[in-house]
Parts: sequence; C-alpha cells; structure tokens
Amino acid sequence: MATLRDIQRRIRSVQSTQKITRAMKLVAAAKLRRAQERILAARPYAAKMGELLGNLVTAASGSDGAQHPLLEQREGPRRQIVIITADKGLAGAFNSNVIRRALDLIRQSNTTEVTLVVVGRKARDFYRRRPWTIKRDMIAFWDRLAYSHASELADYFMEQYLDGEVDEVHLVYNEFRSVAVQRPVREQLLPIPRRAEGESGAEAVDYLYEPNPKTILDELLPRHVRTQVFRALMESLAGEYGARMTAMEAATKNAKEMIDVLTIQYNKARQEKITKELLDIVGGAEALKQGAEA
Amino acid sequence: MADRLSLEIATPTRLVAAETVDEIVIPGSQGYFGVLPGHAAFLTTLGIGELMYRIGRDEHYLVVANGFAEVRNDKVIVLADTAERPEEIDRARAERARDRAERRLSGRADEEVDYQRALAALARALARLLTAGRIR
Repeated sequence: MATLRDIQRRIRSVQSTQKITRAMKLVAAAKLRRAQERILAARPYAAKMGELLGNLVTAASGSDGAQHPLLEQREGPRRQIVIITADKGLAGAFNSNVIRRALDLIRQSNTTEVTLVVVGRKARDFYRRRPWTIKRDMIAFWDRLAYSHASELADYFMEQYLDGEVDEVHLVYNEFRSVAVQRPVREQLLPIPRRAEGESGAEAVDYLYEPNPKTILDELLPRHVRTQVFRALMESLAGEYGARMTAMEAATKNAKEMIDVLTIQYNKARQEKITKELLDIVGGAEALKQGAEA
Repeated sequence: MADRLSLEIATPTRLVAAETVDEIVIPGSQGYFGVLPGHAAFLTTLGIGELMYRIGRDEHYLVVANGFAEVRNDKVIVLADTAERPEEIDRARAERARDRAERRLSGRADEEVDYQRALAALARALARLLTAGRIR
C-alpha cells in the first residue's frame, strides 16, 4: 500500500500535467479559430479560379488545340509524393495517419522511381530513416505560413515536371473536415487532372480573350497549382490544431479521472490510518484500565 | 439585362470586395478597360495599376497587381495576386521599393540587375503610391 505522501505526490504530478494539457488545448483552440478563418477567406479565390479554369479549358480545347504542358498526361512511371505533416506531435494520430497513407501510396508505386518531398518535421524525421529519396524538405514555417511558402513549393514541382524529371506529383495531407475530424487524403497535383467530360456542365462561354487563350492559360495554370498547394497547407494547419485540441481535451479529461481515482485512494488510506490510530489509542486505554484494576 | 454589375475581387488570401456597382475600370495587361452593364463575355490578364469601381457617385480605388478578370453576364470577377485599398498601403515601404527599383534601373547599382523584375517592382511601387495618394 502506497503511503499517504506517495499518493499526494502523484496527485500533484498529474495535476501539473493536466495544467499543461489544458493550456495546450486552449492555445490550439485559439490558433484553430484563426486557421479556420484563413481557410474561409481563401476559399472564394480558389473556387473562382477552379471555375475559370474549367471554362477556359473547355473553351480553349475547342480552338487551335490550346494544349498546355501542365495539362499533358504522360505515361511515365516517375511519381513524386509530397507528404504534409506538422512539425510537432501531441496531436493524436494526425501525423501518423498521413505518414501511413503515404506509405501505402509509395508501396503501390514503382518504388525505385518514387521521390519524396516532405513538409513538416514529423514527415521528414520519419522518411529520413527510410530508403526512399527525399528531394526536398520544408520545415519550421508553420507559424508564419504564407502564400509565398506555397508558391515556392508549387514552383519547384512545376519546374521538375516541365523539365521531365517527374511524371506525376501527388499530395498527401490531412483534410480539415471539422474540428474533431481530419482525414488523410491524396490528391493529384500534376498533371492537372482534367475534369470528366461534361462534368463541369457549364455551357461553353464564348469569351473575348485579351490577349489570347494561350497566354491566359499560361498565367492561370501555375496560379492554379500554387493555390492548390496553399489550400493543402492551410487544411493541414487547421487540421493539426483541431487534432491537437481534441487530443489535449482527452488528455485533460483522463488526467481528471486519474486525479479522482487517486483522491479516493488517498482518502481511503487516510481513513485507514485514522482507524488504525484510534484502535491503538483504544487498545492502549483498555490496557491502562486493566492495569489500574489489577 | 441588369442595369448594375456584381463585382467580386479576391486574392489568394482573402475576399477583398463583393459589391453591386455601376461601373468598373480595370487595369488589364493590354491596357485599362471599362466595364458597364451589358458588357460582352470577356477574359483577360491583369496588369499592375489602379482599379476603380463606382457605386452611384462614389468612386472606390484599389491597387491591384497581376491575375485575371472575367466579365460574364454582368458579373465581374477579379482574381488578383495582390489587391489593397488606399488605407491599407504601406506608403513608406512603397517609397523604399520605388527608390530601390529606380537605383537598379539607373544602372548605377553594383549588383546584377534583373531588368524585368526591377521594372515590375517599380510599376507596383508607383501604382501603390498613386492609389495611396487618394486618401485625404
């Protein structure tokens, strides 16, 4: 049986852990709100961009076969996988879900031809110890995530793609479904996937172009790719905070349960001690009484 | 035909404006163009400059740089890389950028100069200063 003091020490230790988890939860909640607002603010641009792209590709494909290299499907085997995780842990299964999803994808691919780009310290640390080639990493930027980070990555992907060094680029990241739910998803970034025929459905708009469809496509497609990367990064960031908040809430709750159990144990032990002392006193008094009578 | 236009201006990080307006003047890559209700479907790339939209008699200005504008069924969508209202412009920063670009273009700078970049930087700085001058 643990002594009173041992139990008390444990209670105090769990209490201080609980303080930390509660603080982390509050911090994550505040950051989550900001991250969510940023996603909402960025959505109109991305949505309009997608719409414009759909219209333009439909309209331009009719004319002089305005093909663009970023749209071109190649049959090559060289796949690049971009794995996006957080820099830090303590966020439940957030990082490991994505890492596992990416592993599945790597195994499905022709492994000798796979190259990786790792974003976030957790992905880097995991894949660094594995046999695959890491072409590039990007860490310690999440606190000041900006569009420029997305541009930098996206431009790198496009450059490699246009140089023919890779034939496909896929993103694996956590999609932000809701505060409590993040889902690891895979998305093909390059070549830019064509929407299924007729899916965009919109009537082909007969635009006047200035200067011409090709120039506009040249400007639009790289921006589209950058926007896709930016969105993936923001989804992951919001997801990370959501996951951490949920994980820390659970940890805080577990700490409370543990404290309750320990408190009961403590009270029991204290009661036992008092009972024992009482018995001693009563026993002693009894012995004295008998001594006096004798 | 509607007698007004709906206008949306967005950048990658935010929706800058969503308004119903009477007239818009946009800095296209091939020059400024005006849009009034009933305009034909039009798609163009943006240049660097000052975008104006008018609601009744009030004229609103924004400095925009690079991106696209789409006009379709009296809906105008402007997707710019950057868009700032006059009061959001950091005038001191724009002045510094202008001086830096001018120095580079003057050929007196020691470093290797990327002419296109310096020109674009100069255009952005001048457009910002022009638009910032609209306050007061």
